[in-house]
Amino acid sequence: MKKYAAYVLSAVVVAAFIVYWLVSRPDQANMAANAGAPAGNAGTTGASGTPGGTPAPAPTTTPTPAAAGNGYKDGTYTGPVADAIYGQLQVAVTVSGGKITDVSWPVYPDSGGHTLQVSQSALPALKQEAIAAQSAKVDIVSGATQTSQAFQQSLAAALAQAQA
Amino acid sequence: MGMPVAVEIADAAADENIFAAVFDHFTYIDEKFSTYKPESEMMRINRGELPERDWSDDMRIIYMLSEETKQRTGGFFDIRRPDGTVDPSGIVKGWAIWNAAKIIEKAGFGNFYVDAGGDIQTHGLNAEGPAGAKWSIGIKNPFNQKEVVKTVYVSGEGVATSGTYLRGEHIYNPKDGRPANEIVSLTVIGPNIYEADRFATAAFAMGAAGIRFIEQLPGLEGYMIDRDGTATMTTGFEKYIKI
Repeated sequence: MKKYAAYVLSAVVVAAFIVYWLVSRPDQANMAANAGAPAGNAGTTGASGTPGGTPAPAPTTTPTPAAAGNGYKDGTYTGPVADAIYGQLQVAVTVSGGKITDVSWPVYPDSGGHTLQVSQSALPALKQEAIAAQSAKVDIVSGATQTSQAFQQSLAAALAQAQA
Repeated sequence: MGMPVAVEIADAAADENIFAAVFDHFTYIDEKFSTYKPESEMMRINRGELPERDWSDDMRIIYMLSEETKQRTGGFFDIRRPDGTVDPSGIVKGWAIWNAAKIIEKAGFGNFYVDAGGDIQTHGLNAEGPAGAKWSIGIKNPFNQKEVVKTVYVSGEGVATSGTYLRGEHIYNPKDGRPANEIVSLTVIGPNIYEADRFATAAFAMGAAGIRFIEQLPGLEGYMIDRDGTATMTTGFEKYIKI
């Protein structure tokens, strides 16, 4: 078996992440209203995804007092109806007991009228386990080697709200 | 893209030419899409220096694929950052790996993998002939990068992991107390690395709800690890833990 592994590194990833995070912080004052962050914090989603896109209208929310000290305020948060190329798109997130329990797409372009729903009650319970180190030798390793763009966005939005 | 790339071809006929072609492809991708290279096409677009009519075909493809992914994920995948600039890395990486694998396949090789930054496209087995077995992929412990916490066995599937470096730091939004990093790792196994990568990116942005998003997508399985070290898996995931 011929093995030839070579590495192409064009940046120091960790340092670049830290630099990006530090550089992005001054813009947080403008980020909160347009955050494409994990839903639940006012429910805005991906304000504009096309070049020269128009800003999204303000989201409608029906928040209720928080059920517990941790987590989002309970309620259903509906994002703006975004004008996507193929039609319109809207996301609704339900928070219950401070946690996201339902994510649904009431308006979905290709769904033929059906709603695409991710509901805790509609799906089987998912198996869980505590992680534990395994000693088996493996061919390849998969894992995060850099912060995902999505996490960067949610982190920036969380910090923006912290400062607001 | 600023990450290590590893390619292994098990077929005995592989020589340095195919590896050179693959690495040339990644260099091309990096020089076009990198947000760390000031003169990349992506950064010139972000600075407003390149009108749309002058964009390359591959840039247009990425924008179209990103828009379709944004719709499929209810906006949880979005290459446009809150400050208005574009960072396509959440979709370019999987797409580039997928295209690299096609280069190798077209050259006539049947047993290989391409790994860029921990996202992997596999093909065939880990050795030619009867000694070959499915490629074994270990999911890193997000709390200790030297450890593997789960092993999956694949042949032809793509495996992508979205995650974060920030371990043990509990970043909270003081307004509602919700942690911004409730999940630390989400691995998605899909029919190819392009599908696995884009949906892993979107699902990670959904926090703990992300695994349910993967559950309802046909053809994808997932393994999510939260900041307390509890893993949640989709109902079909365990077919991949058998050799």
